[in-house]
Amino acid sequence: MKEAPKKYMNPYLAGFFLGFVLLTTIYVTGRGLGASGAIKSLVVQTVETVAPQHAAATDYYITQKQNNPDGPLKSWLVFEVLGVIIGAFLSAVVSNRVTVKIEKGPGVKNGIRIAAAIFGGALFGFGSQLARGCTSGAALSGMAVMSFGGIITMMSIFGMAYAMAWFFRKLWINKVN
Amino acid sequence: MGPLVPDIISNEFNFIIAIIVGMGFGFALEQAGFGSTRKLVGLFYGYDFTVLKVFFTAGVTAMVGITALNHFELLDVDIIFINPTFLWAAIIGGLIMGGGFIIGGFCPGTSVVAAASGKIDGWAFVFGAGLGIFAFVEGYPLIKDLMVAENLGDLLVFEMMGISREAFALIMVFVATGAFIGVTMIENKVNNRATQWLKSDITKYSIGIGLAVLVILITVVTPTRGELMNKRIDEKIASGECRPQMMDDDKLAYELMHNYYHFNVVDVRSPEEFKKFHIPTAINIPLEELHKAENISRIVQNIKTNVFYGASYEQSQRACLVSKYHGKADNFALNSTADEFNTNFFLLSGDAPDNKLDNETFVFRKEAAQKLKEIGEAVANLDKPVVKKAKRVQGGCS
Repeated sequence: MKEAPKKYMNPYLAGFFLGFVLLTTIYVTGRGLGASGAIKSLVVQTVETVAPQHAAATDYYITQKQNNPDGPLKSWLVFEVLGVIIGAFLSAVVSNRVTVKIEKGPGVKNGIRIAAAIFGGALFGFGSQLARGCTSGAALSGMAVMSFGGIITMMSIFGMAYAMAWFFRKLWINKVN
Repeated sequence: MGPLVPDIISNEFNFIIAIIVGMGFGFALEQAGFGSTRKLVGLFYGYDFTVLKVFFTAGVTAMVGITALNHFELLDVDIIFINPTFLWAAIIGGLIMGGGFIIGGFCPGTSVVAAASGKIDGWAFVFGAGLGIFAFVEGYPLIKDLMVAENLGDLLVFEMMGISREAFALIMVFVATGAFIGVTMIENKVNNRATQWLKSDITKYSIGIGLAVLVILITVVTPTRGELMNKRIDEKIASGECRPQMMDDDKLAYELMHNYYHFNVVDVRSPEEFKKFHIPTAINIPLEELHKAENISRIVQNIKTNVFYGASYEQSQRACLVSKYHGKADNFALNSTADEFNTNFFLLSGDAPDNKLDNETFVFRKEAAQKLKEIGEAVANLDKPVVKKAKRVQGGCS
């Protein structure tokens, strides 16, 4: 691991490749890519394992069970995200980018970065369920099939992130302009 | 043709497909630098617009591809998953995610990529996303109303704007190009770099954009297979050649009474009209859908002779030519309309006319109506081809 990490791919080339993967997915399976849905399946499985009585008594889990009689983990998105993990890991290996570390803005403490990541993740997870998809499932796949809702969600995500960027600048950039 | 699941690729094998496309997805995201949180949020502070470049390029690539596949009838856009629009949930969910993005520095997909390449903050984000989803699931009864409010269905953005799919794709190509030029300038300014437009880069990117525009223009200019077929048929009708063989209603009635199993009677009117009245033993394929692959297999077969009828002679003639166009030689067009057939046979009333010739016809038709009814009832459940109904694919992230 002495070699320096390789440069990232040209963003337009990477985008074309990503778009091609998405197009292939839609052509073959009729559905787009996603990510948050797999995390939900994991959450539902965890609850069903840890607190079966609670799961059996709550409407949401009951509906989930009816929709996925083979168990929450036997879902398309779970397999897809398994693929994402494999693909991302392989990509990081060939480009010498596998390192165990915490990445953060300059001068930010590790604890703060981790807390922010968990809190941000919680917001994102919550929002993704409300909007029926995250950046992958609603924004990107929605844009590809020209769904109105997908494009609205995309604009809301990026609009809000821009609107709040100034307030959270200390998490990411050192100097205040 | 597409989507290939579930008819060509089974639902079980689809899980293997999921892993394969997932690998491509993960590989593309990691190569683009989406495993790095600072690269992601660079978008919001102007120092790195990789996210916008990758995201927009990917979206437009897929969009143009779908437009082209749809045009060449390789992909049925009516059954692929379209993210449904629940307006308030889409907006509010998006706003909450935007907050999560700027605080957490990832989105779910990219956090998985970061986690896979060893970033602890990526793992933290995935864990957080799990907590957020858990909160959503537990709080679902409270949010339920918001979740389903203002349901606009499978609304497509170009329909909303009142333009064609191709026009919207073209607009998006230009919007993306404009955005790429703009953000490159901002990025250089923020990083105190001079903006240089290298000739080689301009050539390279122009080719890419030009290709996208070209693909869209090809879909605009070239006719679809259905349009091409209709054009050829129009030409043939106009030039007067290739008249379909005609069959009159008495002949059809006679044939059905004696050898109904030799005939594939096709009603090309709308399903509503078909439901009101149809000639016994007839199947219904609306004319506009006749040329579709799943219907062609029902009319191009070796065993039976096709007899087409519709609301007008033009309809049955055209249906006959569509069948011929796809390679079935043995076709007849009924020279009376569905309504005429109904009047001549089933609505026949009064006494038999005195004239001997008319009298014979009258008696025959009365008898035929009775017999056809019986045959129709007898074969109602036997002879019908299995109707293959394509269902919209279930998808999405929730």
